[in-house]
Amino acid sequence: MSRQPYTAARYRQLVADVTPSSRMLRGYVRAFWVGGAICTLGQFISLWAEKLNLGEITNPMFTTSVLIFLGTTLTGLGVYDRIGKYAGAGSAIPVTGFANSVAAPAIEFQREGAVTGVGARLFTLAGPVLAYGIASSVLVGVIYWIVRGWLL
Amino acid sequence: MSRMGRQTFIYDNPPVIAAHRSVAGRKEGEGPLADWFDAILEDDLLGQKSWELAESEMVRRTARDTLDAAGLSAGSVDALLGGDLNNQIIATSFAAKKLGMPFIGLYGACSTFVEALALGAALISAGNLDSALCCASSHFCTAERQFRFPLELGTQRPPQASWTATACGCALLRSGGEGIRITSGTLGRVIDLNISDANHMGAAMAPAVFDTLAAHMEDTRRTADDYDLIVTGDLGWIGRDLLMELCHGAGLTMPEDKLVDCGASLYYREQDAHAGGSGCGCVASVSCAWIMKRIENGELNRVLLSGSGAMLSPTSSQQGQTIPGIAYAVALERG
Repeated sequence: MSRQPYTAARYRQLVADVTPSSRMLRGYVRAFWVGGAICTLGQFISLWAEKLNLGEITNPMFTTSVLIFLGTTLTGLGVYDRIGKYAGAGSAIPVTGFANSVAAPAIEFQREGAVTGVGARLFTLAGPVLAYGIASSVLVGVIYWIVRGWLL
Repeated sequence: MSRMGRQTFIYDNPPVIAAHRSVAGRKEGEGPLADWFDAILEDDLLGQKSWELAESEMVRRTARDTLDAAGLSAGSVDALLGGDLNNQIIATSFAAKKLGMPFIGLYGACSTFVEALALGAALISAGNLDSALCCASSHFCTAERQFRFPLELGTQRPPQASWTATACGCALLRSGGEGIRITSGTLGRVIDLNISDANHMGAAMAPAVFDTLAAHMEDTRRTADDYDLIVTGDLGWIGRDLLMELCHGAGLTMPEDKLVDCGASLYYREQDAHAGGSGCGCVASVSCAWIMKRIENGELNRVLLSGSGAMLSPTSSQQGQTIPGIAYAVALERG
């Protein structure tokens, strides 16, 4: 009897053959409609903000704030993780998902205290988005600063 | 104490399992094995301040219930052997603090319970201990926050992901008396066939389980025919299929109806546990409930119980390392 019937390469192939794949089409449809619904909601909030005459600068911030408030509240109520389980990227990519990724560790790590728990762990999931989001915006800003003479 | 082959202990003075208890969480208590568990938790937090303290309390209660069932006090049992999935096995060691027993802390990931049985039986057979309490636990909420994501994060799991069981199993081993006998134990080697998907623990562990089962059969010159049941820890539905393929590929006889996996038995498919149950508490609770009770009621005579662990950590995964697996096995026989 052989003690190593499979090489790593052959075993990898066997694992790939036996493991069911995620239901991609179903995932796309769910992500599309939930993500679209969140964005449509955002559009309505934006139109509402226009009626309130909040101004060109405050209007988009108002929309974002309302969506973040909703995402955080639904996380606290234990609803957003269920939406996320259903919709995947559809609810992770909009700003409500970003709010969820900050609120979830805030709830989870409060037992480790305000400093070493919530404070230190708040951005464990959102941190990479913030770091690379800000870094790329700086990079784009520098490029814009260099080429704007030719653009205008 | 004698040995057969390279990896197997033969216990000259086979210890008996004088008492055993299993506790399961709410989701596990809604599964197919609900009627077999000794207790089902109504509150997964067990009235504690944190999930870690809850898991520790679950260990303490299960250990206490096991001692009560045997009519013994913590002071009269020689040692506690066990572990869990938390960093530095705090659930078990905090419970050991309250129990006040001499403690051997073990970490074999989800194989810990069978590792504890194999070592406890060796220490008793050799005369070092007269009695030993072997336990292992896991809690969904402590495992999620340590290995994966905060509970409230909206993420999807892939179909190959397993569900960490909230459960604990505890068995009291004694040098004599009535009960299931532990007749042999096989140590495992750490096997790594380059699986790097931390969600796919069944695939990472199946080669280690195969290796240990093959070693046991080779060392003891037995086959699957010598056992009524061959029980694996928490390979899940996919990992069990992989183990069958590995046995088939190596020419190791493994009848389909004799191979039972605890992780694949703990939940109904509709319970959304994806690939099945995992965690130290999975094999511990299922074997203490379903397997040992069936040996005691005469349905089974001789069972090979194996437990397997994926020896990864968040650090090793983040550094891109593959997942080594380990498996232990013990032979349980009706007294």
